[in-house]
Amino acid sequence: MNQNPSASVTLPGRDAVPALEMIGISKSFPGVKALSGVSLTAFGGEVLALMGENGAGKSTLMKILSGAYTADPGGEIRVFGAPVAIDGPQAAKAAGIAIIYQELALAPNLTVSENIHLGDELSRAGQLDRKAMANACRPILERLGTPFGPNTLVGTLSIAEQQLVEIARALHRQSRILVLDEPTTALSARETDRLFALIRQLRSEGIALIYISHRMAEVYELADRVTVLRDGSCVGTLERQDLSAEAIVRMMVGRELSSFYTKTHDPDAQRGAVVMQVDGVTDGGRVLPCSFVLHRGEVLGIAGLVGAGRTELARLIYGADRKAGGSVALEGRIVALGSPKQALDAGIAYLTEDRKGLGLFLDMSCGGNINVGVIDRDAHLGGRLNLARAKERAVRAFGAFRVRAASPQVQVGSLSGGNQQKVLLARLLETGPKVLILDEPTRGVDVGAKSEIYRIIDELASRGLGVLMISSDLPEIVGICDRVLVMREGRIAGEVGGATGVAITQESVMVHAAGLAA
Amino acid sequence: MSDTQPASRPEAQAGVPPPSGGAGLSARQVQARAMIQAAGMLPVLIILAIGFHLLGGHRFLSVQNLSIVAQQASINCVLAAGMTFVILTGGIDLSVGSILAASAMGALIVSLIPDLSMLAIPTCLAVGAGIGLLNGALIAYGKLPPFIVTLGSLTAVRGLARLMGADNTVFNPQLNYAVLGNGGVPIAPGIVIPWLAIVAITVIVLSWYVLRRTVLGVRIYAVGGNPAAARLSGINVPRILLFVYALSGLLAGLGGVLSSARLYAANGLQLGQSYELDAIAAVILGGTSFVGGTGSIWGTLIGALIIAVLSNGLILVGVSDIWQFIVKGLVIIGAVALDRFRQGSGVRT
Repeated sequence: MNQNPSASVTLPGRDAVPALEMIGISKSFPGVKALSGVSLTAFGGEVLALMGENGAGKSTLMKILSGAYTADPGGEIRVFGAPVAIDGPQAAKAAGIAIIYQELALAPNLTVSENIHLGDELSRAGQLDRKAMANACRPILERLGTPFGPNTLVGTLSIAEQQLVEIARALHRQSRILVLDEPTTALSARETDRLFALIRQLRSEGIALIYISHRMAEVYELADRVTVLRDGSCVGTLERQDLSAEAIVRMMVGRELSSFYTKTHDPDAQRGAVVMQVDGVTDGGRVLPCSFVLHRGEVLGIAGLVGAGRTELARLIYGADRKAGGSVALEGRIVALGSPKQALDAGIAYLTEDRKGLGLFLDMSCGGNINVGVIDRDAHLGGRLNLARAKERAVRAFGAFRVRAASPQVQVGSLSGGNQQKVLLARLLETGPKVLILDEPTRGVDVGAKSEIYRIIDELASRGLGVLMISSDLPEIVGICDRVLVMREGRIAGEVGGATGVAITQESVMVHAAGLAA
Repeated sequence: MSDTQPASRPEAQAGVPPPSGGAGLSARQVQARAMIQAAGMLPVLIILAIGFHLLGGHRFLSVQNLSIVAQQASINCVLAAGMTFVILTGGIDLSVGSILAASAMGALIVSLIPDLSMLAIPTCLAVGAGIGLLNGALIAYGKLPPFIVTLGSLTAVRGLARLMGADNTVFNPQLNYAVLGNGGVPIAPGIVIPWLAIVAITVIVLSWYVLRRTVLGVRIYAVGGNPAAARLSGINVPRILLFVYALSGLLAGLGGVLSSARLYAANGLQLGQSYELDAIAAVILGGTSFVGGTGSIWGTLIGALIIAVLSNGLILVGVSDIWQFIVKGLVIIGAVALDRFRQGSGVRT
């Protein structure tokens, strides 16, 4: 393990001068230190994987590299040995750094060549020279082996093809350092293979590639070295020969996995009374009829790949979207769930995966957010707010959930992701649900808060709540669920754990998620 | 309660550093920020008042003139209160000036019918609330953009107001509620509080109560802050929208009562022309976010007073009518820019 990546090490087959060195980079936001003294070295002709949990600081580091953020004073960035000041996107571009984000930054209404030339259009006599632009693109597109030409409209391309346009744009700008931020999230297996071939080609052409990913398999396949970040610090760098899943996870999480998940509730809960029965629920499109039961005190996982229809199913059950068919019964009685209000009144609460977009009221205080679901129940005659009751609830929830903020009056938008999630969970629990649907409950949450959220889920199950947990995080599914449904292409493709007799493992879940089961 | 964590947190033992101290803002910071926001434009109002007093031959801060300013501010205050509710949900109501005219026409026409004259005020309010409900229904259930809907009713209701009086001014020299526009309550020798101001202050206080002390108020803020989250938290979002537009219409109707009371007359063409702009300016000057979710009714009161002080003060100082427009416009932009600058970049308008 190379604990000091800033020292230039020369290995066979590696350039003597690193293409990129980031040394002692720090970044503070009001109230949060996102990065403290992070160093990173990338050589031309290699793939450096950058790994870390959500919130570890990967995106912040890359935003500093791209000029979207300015680092705190004290750090240094060197490109091919020469210090550069990256104070804006133009400076990053001039230094030959290109970043391809998860959300592609292309104009869909323009052609491939117009997008590639965006910002440095060619013109002749003041008129856009489309022909020259297209001609300039052709060799690059050929080099990448794209199936489309320079005059194709970007909006008509698939996500994978649009990624190629982004890469072409980077090459057109003579970028020598290429950062790919979770590039395979939206790609099929075939498209992923093609992208990997291209990455290897670029590596052999001497470009320095920084590859950000959560997926261990991809990192194994591509990376020459792996740098791991945790809580805004650089934990270390592993050379290819030292790579192992255990080593990386230990570095990312900072402890053995066993102490991370709490599971003290009754493991045989799935034999208890049924609290919710879902029967043939469908939206007539993306979600095919789904049926399952949830027991009191059970943590039932819903696993599956992104796009398998898990969130859509949860929203149908909760009444957030219109059902085309099927029914939901709570404690044996079929309940009409036409709106979130009806679901909440019936005793179902839903934690959205999009905390900021669909969950919190960021302008409001923590206390306001915690109480928003119950203010009408607490209110005095005539809809007058019961301020004493609201305060009491907020203070109690703050204690129970260990929300780290000065007081419940603090605006929720100023908290960290983990504390925001606790506030949102508190709001749901104040409504006194019988069934709790959690959609990616630990997404964008730091490691410490993650563990606390697992503890909370475990405690809720012990108290007899039925918990339905959607998660893309397989270790989490394996760590805290009693039984797991696996969704694929809109239907429940399999079940593991519980009465099936199949142990819950990452492999047994993936077999169903990927459609490999017989 | 800076540290509610017991020292023996399991994660701490496992070697995870606790999140860097002071995530979020301290209670004192929050209080300070809330005070700055509440004070808002008050300093601007005070400076303007003192400035006009000094420049205008020490006439501005006389009891008589302040009473005139209060009267001038009142109608805009009532409209701006309704506008505050609408803008808090992230919407806009461009139709209040037209609604004011149409409802005042309705009131005048009814007041001239011998047996029904006592129904003039209820008619006026009903016309306002009715048009507001229609706006609200189109926005809440028809899912049409508020700007478009109320821009349409700005024009259509103006036409309706002209139609009601056959494009003539309707007079009623014996208007039974004229005292509202011209009378007042004497509280000391020589000091009379105009009814207009009493009505406006009552509207402001009631608005504060609804916004800050009722379930409805919290939900209005919630819908403005994040409509999607509001729906998922079980809030009936369309009903809240319907309420705010109906209320805005109702208060525009009340504005119609006050305007016609002052004039003993109503005119479909001229009454309430561009009042919506003054109302919007008052709300924005008051610090209410244009995208919804944050703002206060007290800010709106101060905003409405600033606009009235400007109009009155510029006349006292002897600025010509044309320049009044230019100065008013620039002061509105400048005041909001100053506010943004003072509160830092984290504030949305």
